[in-house]
Amino acid sequence: MSTAPPHLSVSVDAELGPFLLQATLEVGAEPLALVGPNGSGKTSLLLAILGLIKLERGRIVLGDEVLVDKDRGIERPTEERHLAYLPQDFGLFPHLTAVENVAFALACSALPTSRKERRAQAMTWLDRFGLGSLAKRKPPQLSGGERQRIALARALASSPKALLLDEPTASLDVEARVEVRAFLAESIRSLGLPTILVTHDIMDVEALAGRVAVLEKGRVVGCGLPGDVRKSPPTTFASKLFCSPEPVGLDD
Amino acid sequence: MVGLGGTLLLFLILPFVALLLDGGPDSILRGLGCALTWPAMRLSLGTSLISVGLVVLGGTPLAWWLARSRWRSARWLEILLQLPVVIPPAVGGIALLLAFGRRGIFGEALDRLGWSPAFSTVAVIMAQVFVSAPFYMQAAVQAFGRLDRNLLAVGRSLGASPPRLFFQVALPLARPWLIGGAAMTWARALGEFGATLMFAGNMTGKTQTLPLAIYTALELDIHTAQALSLLLVTFAFALLLFLRRFNRNLEVSRKPAAP
Repeated sequence: MSTAPPHLSVSVDAELGPFLLQATLEVGAEPLALVGPNGSGKTSLLLAILGLIKLERGRIVLGDEVLVDKDRGIERPTEERHLAYLPQDFGLFPHLTAVENVAFALACSALPTSRKERRAQAMTWLDRFGLGSLAKRKPPQLSGGERQRIALARALASSPKALLLDEPTASLDVEARVEVRAFLAESIRSLGLPTILVTHDIMDVEALAGRVAVLEKGRVVGCGLPGDVRKSPPTTFASKLFCSPEPVGLDD
Repeated sequence: MVGLGGTLLLFLILPFVALLLDGGPDSILRGLGCALTWPAMRLSLGTSLISVGLVVLGGTPLAWWLARSRWRSARWLEILLQLPVVIPPAVGGIALLLAFGRRGIFGEALDRLGWSPAFSTVAVIMAQVFVSAPFYMQAAVQAFGRLDRNLLAVGRSLGASPPRLFFQVALPLARPWLIGGAAMTWARALGEFGATLMFAGNMTGKTQTLPLAIYTALELDIHTAQALSLLLVTFAFALLLFLRRFNRNLEVSRKPAAP
């Protein structure tokens, strides 16, 4: 078992077409919010960490494991990186029920278990998230908030070492957004995994993130505590983002 | 407007009416009793099903690769694979002869090894695969290409190996379109005429499929040809009904049920 404190260190260069993605990030136990205008390379940065886009140069270290070191020719395939990835639309397999979705993640792990055992384990995961009653539903029959929670349960069932969330509340309606935000905040805090969340929403930043990195045309142009970024925003985007009225009931 | 549409409609339907009604049931039944009928039907069903099986077996991994390849040549390959749809079947027959005929560029080598596929039942299957594969390929490349890339990305992040991703995610999600493509491929293989005639010949029991039997029967008795044609129309109609039902079920199953 790894004994290193949770830490994700990322430094990547990749050709994105309109510009070069050239980003360096350090993420510890405090969740990092990645903000920036559309097309600034936020999702691409997540995909680069996952190993789904080609890197020109790069070094990614998770805990004491080197996932990528282009100079030394190390580039672990996505399926061996132990990164939980939640895309904006949650990425549940639509042809599988909730419990089968979670069991899929368990089947991918190295431990050989029987189908029955996996199902039972998957049920335990769903119960832990208060989703037991939805086990036999397929994603199209679930609400956005339910899908988000099942996707998180599935991601955690794969025993990840870091969490990558892409706009976790963007495709939800306002009510579900509040509920999911609270649920995510609690889950992220209790997990203590290095977490990067891409977001457009200042409420997400306030509720979920300990630090903020501002991305502009593929580069990290500012990084710090939300309060510091608010005081001296590095880009017009950042100043606009933080200019929106402060959420009531959240002290900063 | 109505007149033009009506004229086309009549033109399209009248031949089927004639096929069904001309001569009456007695002459059709007599036609079915012709010596050509059963060997041709057995051969047609057997070869066309084998052809579909071969196309699905080879076409599925090829389509998966084509749909995911970022290689520029893959796009050209896709176009090339569609060529048999737009060339006349006779051209396909000539091409097959030049390739695998006894004096063809590969046929000669095969002949030296003691095997010559031309003018055998194998040639019937080869002709059918050649002309019908594009229908499956097109459906399969589109089906795999349409898959949500996020799902595949998430699957990999969960630790799924590429084979697991293919068999447990991609294949089940693409299946409806793959089945549709296979059905169209079967219809095309069943109706194959030109390439078969040129590359496999027209020998009863060996290479004479239903379409070739119709061609032969026309010289003997038009009612025999009519009876054999009705047989093919029946298969084709059943296939269309199956596809319609299948597509409808697909739409129903895609609608979210009330929670």
